[in-house]
Amino acid sequence: MSEFEPSILCFACNWCSYAAADIAGTSRIQYPPNVRLLRVMCSGMVDAEYVLKSLEAGFDGVMVAGCHIGDCHYISGNIKAQEMVTRLKKLLHILGLEDERLMLKWIATSEGPIFAETIKEYVEQLKKLGPSPFRKELVT
Amino acid sequence: MGGNITAEALDRDERRIGVYICHCGLNIADTVDVEAVANYAGTLNSVAVARDYRFMCSDPGQDLIKNDIKELNLNRVVVASCSPRMHEPTFRKACEAASLNPYLFEMANIREDCSWVHDDREVATQKAKALVRAAVARVYYNDPLEIKEIPFNPDTLVVGGGIAGIQAALEIADSEHKVYLVERDPSIGGHMIQLDKTFPTLDCSQCILTPKMAAVGAHPYIELLSYSEVEEVSGFVGAFKVKVRKKARYVDEDKCTGCGLCQEKCPWTADSEYDVGLSKRKAIYTPFAQAIPNVPVIDRDSCAYFLKGKCRACEKFCETGAIDFEQVDQFIELEVGAIILATGYDAFDPSTISQYGYGIYDNVITGLQFERLSAATGPTGGEIRLKDGRKPESVAIIHCVGSRDQNYHEYCSRVCCMYGLKVAHIVKDKTNADVYEMYIDMRCFGEGYEEFYKRVSEEGVNFIRGKVAKVTDKAVSEEEEGKLVVICEDTLLGSIIRVPVDMVVLCIALEARSDAEEVARKFIISRRADGFFLERHVKLDPVATPSDGVLIAGCCQGPKDIPDTVAQASAAAARALAMISKGRVTLEASVSHVNEDLCIGCGRCEELCEFHAPKVDIYEKPMPVSRVNEALCKGCGACAVACPTGAISIKHFKPEQILAMVDALAET
Repeated sequence: MSEFEPSILCFACNWCSYAAADIAGTSRIQYPPNVRLLRVMCSGMVDAEYVLKSLEAGFDGVMVAGCHIGDCHYISGNIKAQEMVTRLKKLLHILGLEDERLMLKWIATSEGPIFAETIKEYVEQLKKLGPSPFRKELVT
Repeated sequence: MGGNITAEALDRDERRIGVYICHCGLNIADTVDVEAVANYAGTLNSVAVARDYRFMCSDPGQDLIKNDIKELNLNRVVVASCSPRMHEPTFRKACEAASLNPYLFEMANIREDCSWVHDDREVATQKAKALVRAAVARVYYNDPLEIKEIPFNPDTLVVGGGIAGIQAALEIADSEHKVYLVERDPSIGGHMIQLDKTFPTLDCSQCILTPKMAAVGAHPYIELLSYSEVEEVSGFVGAFKVKVRKKARYVDEDKCTGCGLCQEKCPWTADSEYDVGLSKRKAIYTPFAQAIPNVPVIDRDSCAYFLKGKCRACEKFCETGAIDFEQVDQFIELEVGAIILATGYDAFDPSTISQYGYGIYDNVITGLQFERLSAATGPTGGEIRLKDGRKPESVAIIHCVGSRDQNYHEYCSRVCCMYGLKVAHIVKDKTNADVYEMYIDMRCFGEGYEEFYKRVSEEGVNFIRGKVAKVTDKAVSEEEEGKLVVICEDTLLGSIIRVPVDMVVLCIALEARSDAEEVARKFIISRRADGFFLERHVKLDPVATPSDGVLIAGCCQGPKDIPDTVAQASAAAARALAMISKGRVTLEASVSHVNEDLCIGCGRCEELCEFHAPKVDIYEKPMPVSRVNEALCKGCGACAVACPTGAISIKHFKPEQILAMVDALAET
């Protein structure tokens, strides 16, 4: 396989998206292995620094996954995450990175199939985009 | 509690990490080369021992960890197995039992996130190695955290006064612990009080429910807040604060004797909610005769005084002067340890399926309306009558109206087959009518249900297997004149049939309450895709929710019959009593921490915290400094992200822990 396989880091909220990934697992819904989940207590806990360091570490895409607006376990953490992502996207341009390298997605606990579908779509999207310029080496 | 290893001591010591790779039978081992992962883990920095074992969560699996902690002096543990949402508490306890602080444990999820979602063994093994590498990298930076406990408030809030809420409230109150029961309607009783007979035993619903309602009303340990709604919830398990809006009844509960004279004299009417629109009630009303509390309310929308400024008939006739048009909504603050949500369901509105003619033809009624027709307390005194007063000569009962239908609700409502059979039995019992049941499948799964199906079959009911396409009054033959014609495919005959009848009863679905989303938000719990409240674990934890201390019971969690509702309500009560009996609750240890040397007291954290945990001490010298009330902090991390000087971090989610994982996961 010589096709480029993008690597994705997903910061997943413990209360929704991480649980959705659990449901995808329990339901044996297959999705590409390109993603690594990093559980956080809230999408609002994800510091811009974490995203930047992830991109610097060579991930082709970083995903922040939280609860739908209004459903945050901590009331407004997801709104804070949304603000962070909006701010950071502007910075990505300055760094010469494409918009798609950072993705924000709301996935509720029950949405296991949506989690799997999101990963599939993001992998396809990043394949089209090509490897991140920060990628240390091109490995599959 | 916990280990007695201090952070300083650990800093002096080298890290000695034990890594355990679980096979989970074949759940993991089938797809992941667990032995290879264990061998790989053994090569990682600071790993003292790495093993694989068939079931890490089993006693021998846990003993493996405990023994290694003692014998090999492990000071950090990683288990790679299922989701931490499943077994993190199990392994934390195992560490604690071996005197290792539970926060020095880390989990890698190589089942839900790996073996179950990837089928390529090589790829899955590679990914499992990465996940283990990240957990080892993280645990290196884990600190022991102090585990604090506070007293558990033994009072409980039950929301919803249907059979689920009544059952839960009584179970707890009987143990002599205080219960606040909040009911939105003027009386408790819920949907069950509207039912006539209950399947399969044909017990009269009112006869079995009203004693329980009366017990609630008279119970010294239950404070019933009827005609009230929860406005706000704050706090946490063991110490919730709840604000309840007690809606204005315009009747003084202390003065009212429940004599009923006001209702007799009131000249204004509206559709009766209790009779599902089949009768009228007054503008001042108790929903039904056995209401608890037996205190009427004035419905502003139908009261002439509120609409036109004139009347006040009720006030003139009330001998105790209980009518109070000046009454306003009151707000009551409650403090409780646990909350049980028993908010029930909404009956599906079949007018959205226009081809069934509900709301178009007079004699197409819902199952719930049939209950009222059939009940002795109903508008016809229990006689099965058509709208024009005639007795029906034929009745069709249509199953799965809104259930098992991709256009409406995909799920089975679990009660419709049985209440459909009950309707058939009652019609047969009370009239000479021919009865037709149009069903997709008969689902008679409970105790005595299949036997009831057999009994009704033997009573001469016609069963037609097929989904009804349409109900119409367009006759094509003489026998159809003046009738409702049910057009249906009989899948056993393989042909389309037309059945002329006088009455059609729709077995409507049970659906999530229209305000379920708002309620879920208020209590910070999740919902399933179908709108019902989500339990913590579908099989093993059906009454708990992801919010500690918030329990669910009855149809708010999904359609269920009365026996299942009562069982779940009792289970929720038992869970609340277990917490009350323990008497203390462990506070979240992973909370916000301020490095006072870095804090400039800017107040950014205080400004944005939803839980009012940080507060800037403005008198601190030389500079104001933020201090966190750990009992209020939920550890969401918003303050840490916002802190401009990096003074705030969240214990157990420090930047070095997260970034160590990022780097480890990025490695290939």
